[in-house]
Amino acid sequence: MLTDLGGWVIATVVALGILSVAAGIAVFVVDSMARATFALLASFLAVAGVLLALDLVYLAVVTALMMTIEMAIMAVFMIMFMMNPAGLMPMTMVHNAKGSAVIGAGAFAGLTVGIWTVDWPTRDVSRPADSTRQLGEAIMGSHMLVMLVIGIGLFATIIAGTVLATARGRYDRFGADLAAEHPDDPVPGGLPR
Amino acid sequence: MPDETLVDVWGLAPAVLVIMVGGLALGLVVAAVDRAVVSGEAGRAVVEPLLAGARGLVEQRRTTLAPDRLLWRIGCAAVPTLALLSLAVVPVGGRTLWSTSADLVWFNAMEALLWAAVWLVGWGPNAVHALTGGYRFLAQGLAYELPLMFALITAGLAAGSLRTTDVVAAQEGLWFVVTMPVAFVVFVAGAAAFAFWGPFAAPAAADIAGGVTSELSGVDRLLVDLGRAVFLGAAAAMAVALFLGGDAGPWLPGPLWFLLKTLAVVTALVWAGRRVPVLRPDRTVEVGWMVLVPLTLLQALAVAVLVLNGFYA
Amino acid sequence: MTAELVLQVVLTVAAGLIGVGLFGALSQQTIVMVMMGLELVLNGVLLAGGAAWYFLAPDLPDAQMLVVVALVVMAVEMAMGFAVTIAFYRARQIDMIDMASDLRG
Repeated sequence: MLTDLGGWVIATVVALGILSVAAGIAVFVVDSMARATFALLASFLAVAGVLLALDLVYLAVVTALMMTIEMAIMAVFMIMFMMNPAGLMPMTMVHNAKGSAVIGAGAFAGLTVGIWTVDWPTRDVSRPADSTRQLGEAIMGSHMLVMLVIGIGLFATIIAGTVLATARGRYDRFGADLAAEHPDDPVPGGLPR
Repeated sequence: MPDETLVDVWGLAPAVLVIMVGGLALGLVVAAVDRAVVSGEAGRAVVEPLLAGARGLVEQRRTTLAPDRLLWRIGCAAVPTLALLSLAVVPVGGRTLWSTSADLVWFNAMEALLWAAVWLVGWGPNAVHALTGGYRFLAQGLAYELPLMFALITAGLAAGSLRTTDVVAAQEGLWFVVTMPVAFVVFVAGAAAFAFWGPFAAPAAADIAGGVTSELSGVDRLLVDLGRAVFLGAAAAMAVALFLGGDAGPWLPGPLWFLLKTLAVVTALVWAGRRVPVLRPDRTVEVGWMVLVPLTLLQALAVAVLVLNGFYA
Repeated sequence: MTAELVLQVVLTVAAGLIGVGLFGALSQQTIVMVMMGLELVLNGVLLAGGAAWYFLAPDLPDAQMLVVVALVVMAVEMAMGFAVTIAFYRARQIDMIDMASDLRG
């Protein structure tokens, strides 16, 4: 079966693919943590570009949206926790680099061998007119259970994340006998209390 | 079904050019209205932004000690680029520059990419006030992002489509602003917040010497200021498309109606926004999560019930 | 060009992302950098899922659901990773996994 992607589209897909891997390598090469974070974002945006070319508009745009916000937050944590955020004093913080490189290269080699030897079952099947509608109908219909599990998982994550990240409980806010009229919060917030 | 896009009608290059020129004109309109409201003189309001822009083009750049030049330049260039890209899905005369099955999410993603761009503008110069401004923008982003998403999706919900041309078509009988006033107000306020303008200008406020804009000069400052103005204009145009019936209106041709409504939204936004003091991000975050998220969710629920009753059909 | 060849090229790129991400996740010492490695692995999964949908089964939504699940896994990983980092730092003022090796079960 011949692909219905045009020559230019295939060239773009290949270029974006190379860019995504190159940006991925840059994440672990550059000294500046800000640059590492935004190299990872570039990798995500390149993959989003490929998804766009593959007619998955919604997934591509959602990837770009989610990953940008995630990386912006990530940058804050990088600056907060890393010793050398701007990379002005180059240092390497790795352990077992050789073993890791062997495992990484081994995984790549194994996957590649599989990819190029498997007889892929490309069939002539009807393409949906609107991939977004296909996904939406699956989420709210045949695959609703997946979405329910995802929802519960995300809710559990919100609670668990808050519990882990916060160090203050109600005794810090309202005093040992919980008798304080107003909570004692370090940040006043915007609502009356 | 996907409608014809501007690219199909005019060809790629002319359509992109028209959108770019339109976006720049929209930015100029926003800047002019802003000047007129602030100074009270309508006469010089159009000329002054042009003069400031020309000055930015010829002004020499100043720099700081050990800046991250690459990321800084990327951030500055990204702000106006994203503003123009978000205009690509605003429908004028029933057509957008490019039509996807997820236009609303596209608009939202361009605004989300602004998080990265503004933070980079703050990070680049290696200066404390600029970086503080960048952090403030992220804090503010956490406050406005979810209500803005819910406001966008409410319009999509009523139209049964994420395509902006479908949303406009669904408003033939009744403008969406009538049944979703909360979403409309939240969307316009969110627009001011992501352009960090007016009451939401804390990332560029005077108490941190201009924040993210404090170390910008020459072309960089021009790009960032231009991007903010175009973003505000693009958001106003989007608000017209999503909530005010797009280019529907009697007697006059559609695009003219669209222009008039956009102008009205810009004027109302600037007029109201310039009368509110700058809000602190630590206050807006709590209001955003405790008040606006539940409000916009209730708004979406109300619209969903109307959809089920066939109100928009 | 046949569809199979393009599919194989895109999948190879995805394998490259997974390999690089695996290397990063195993070799980096700080928690935040380990998370970036894991994100890169999931980035490869996104790409492979998208390619599988387009070339193998565009008539079924399953591959799209896989991409959605991968996106959610990323969000969960990120949120929990940051929460753990903050908890760690509060308790011990550390951000390196080597200093927390006494937590192994």
